[in-house]
Amino acid sequence: MNTQLLLIQVFNGLVNGAFYALLSLGLAVIFGMLRIVNFMHGALYMLGAFTAFALGQAFGLGFWPSLILAPLIVGLIGVVLEWSLLSRLYGLEPSYNLLLTFGLTLLTQDLVKQVMLSQYAVSSAPYTPPAALSGVVNLGFVVFPKYRLFVIGLALVVCLVTWLVIEKTRVGAIIRASTENPNVTRAFGIDVGKWVTGVFGVGVGLAGLAGVLAAPIYSVEPYMGAELIITTFAVVVIGGMGSILGSVVTGFAVGVLAAVGAALYPPIANTLVFILMALVLLVRPSGLFGLPEGAR
Amino acid sequence: MTVLPRTAARTSRERNVRAAWLIGLGIILLVLPRLIYPVLALDILAWGLFAVAFDLLFGFSGLLSFGHAAFWGTSAYVTAFLLSHGQSVPVAMLGGTGAALLVAVPVAFLSVRSVGIYFSMITLAFAQMLSFLALQWTDVTGGENGLQGFARPGFLGLDFSDSVTRYYFALAVFAVGFYVAYRTVRSPFGQALQAVRDNEQRAQSIGYNPTRFKFTAFLISAGLAGLAGSLFTFGHGVVSLEVVNWRTSGEVVMMTLLGGTTTLFGPVIGAGLVLLLRDVLTTANLPVGIVTGLVFVLVVLFFRRGVVGTIQGWRRK
Repeated sequence: MNTQLLLIQVFNGLVNGAFYALLSLGLAVIFGMLRIVNFMHGALYMLGAFTAFALGQAFGLGFWPSLILAPLIVGLIGVVLEWSLLSRLYGLEPSYNLLLTFGLTLLTQDLVKQVMLSQYAVSSAPYTPPAALSGVVNLGFVVFPKYRLFVIGLALVVCLVTWLVIEKTRVGAIIRASTENPNVTRAFGIDVGKWVTGVFGVGVGLAGLAGVLAAPIYSVEPYMGAELIITTFAVVVIGGMGSILGSVVTGFAVGVLAAVGAALYPPIANTLVFILMALVLLVRPSGLFGLPEGAR
Repeated sequence: MTVLPRTAARTSRERNVRAAWLIGLGIILLVLPRLIYPVLALDILAWGLFAVAFDLLFGFSGLLSFGHAAFWGTSAYVTAFLLSHGQSVPVAMLGGTGAALLVAVPVAFLSVRSVGIYFSMITLAFAQMLSFLALQWTDVTGGENGLQGFARPGFLGLDFSDSVTRYYFALAVFAVGFYVAYRTVRSPFGQALQAVRDNEQRAQSIGYNPTRFKFTAFLISAGLAGLAGSLFTFGHGVVSLEVVNWRTSGEVVMMTLLGGTTTLFGPVIGAGLVLLLRDVLTTANLPVGIVTGLVFVLVVLFFRRGVVGTIQGWRRK
């Protein structure tokens, strides 16, 4: 295979990796802080894309306003879900959160399918990137679509900012304290419940953002999150559950490895991530960046 | 889970209750193909056994497998493959079940060392590997098209082209599978398994090896799921990618929860309810995913003990 093709594959891998990273980052934030395994993350990613599409249809809003509004709306949906449903399961086994969000996934996917069919008479809709980002860039050694470069760049920035906020700021300190020891944190006059709800909203908002970004690449359809969420789960297990850094690094790495692997031996494309996961688990059961179980 | 003192009176009452459930369930299953289409009835047997197999792991070992479609699906494909290559029904079923067991060994080895939600995600990922394999290995699995149109040669004078005969043969197989699950749970092994589930450290300190118990339970569960998968193929005469899809893994969880975990009878009833509901919805042209999703959410939120668990709860009062 020639170098040019390989480089294109690496870039495409980075684009996929950007989505893995954004989604697993949201999952990591939610799991790390709330101990919720949000199976619904893929459905919320799809809702992000669908909201952008619906905003365009209803109000003629383009990509840029949707890029801000859709994650906010999805985040708000997340807040309502956490407050009304998920909070009822705290104190029970985390499995029940997984099961509840699994049920919500089935519900959301088919609900969106019904709406798309009845309102817009489509089962899958293309979504155009903004004019400023259409066309290609010549990077000297390879020509690459502008929009895809933008996705890689924005995902990197968002991941970095999230990591900085959680690790380096006072807000992050409060969030970490709320999860380490809710009672003591409460004693300092901090409303832990509100913070937990907020964190869930932000994590889910990240999924919504990924959805809007994905719409021009993969087009909008009700089941677009279904397979992606499974791969993202594998990414999370490889990176170490709840590890912010692990999810971002592993997300991009898995994207690139899968793309390069696919170029060398096409049938392996979708399986590579699970083979990787099995190998990592043999050596490090808690994931590459995860703390051993019980040490948390 | 609170452990009640096992006095003689209590044990005999428990035995009566169990016998009542067994007789009730037995009668329903015997007359089922007279009430609904035999193929749907056979589906209930297959999914019911699948749910029992799942409950062995979830209810009695505390391990939430989110990838049980792997064993169900492997067996479904292998059974179909063997049937289409001229093997007899019992050979195909045993072959399917054996294949499911074979697949389960490495999966169990890698997954039972993890606990809680880790275990769920690892089993899910392995099931996905199998699902991609089924998609790509078209020579064996038929890929997107699946396998269909294979023969079901008669056995011991039974004519399997008749769906009612098929049902009663399946009922016999189901009974064997159910008995295995029942014996496992009631055996000293099953008791130790529940001890490991309730308090792993304590079980270990009295000399049990938790990992080995979970490993064995995983294999029994996977084998039974395999047997159920072969029944499904036998009943339908068609295998599609749906059998290895993650939704299948989720659906068996739903059936078990709805019927009641740790009850063994519950999962069968849960499977029946879900399949009947789905049948009604498809015939009435209602959106299946919305309703089943809603039922799932309501069960997890408000009805975690399931049908049988709730009824048993009333009786204990």
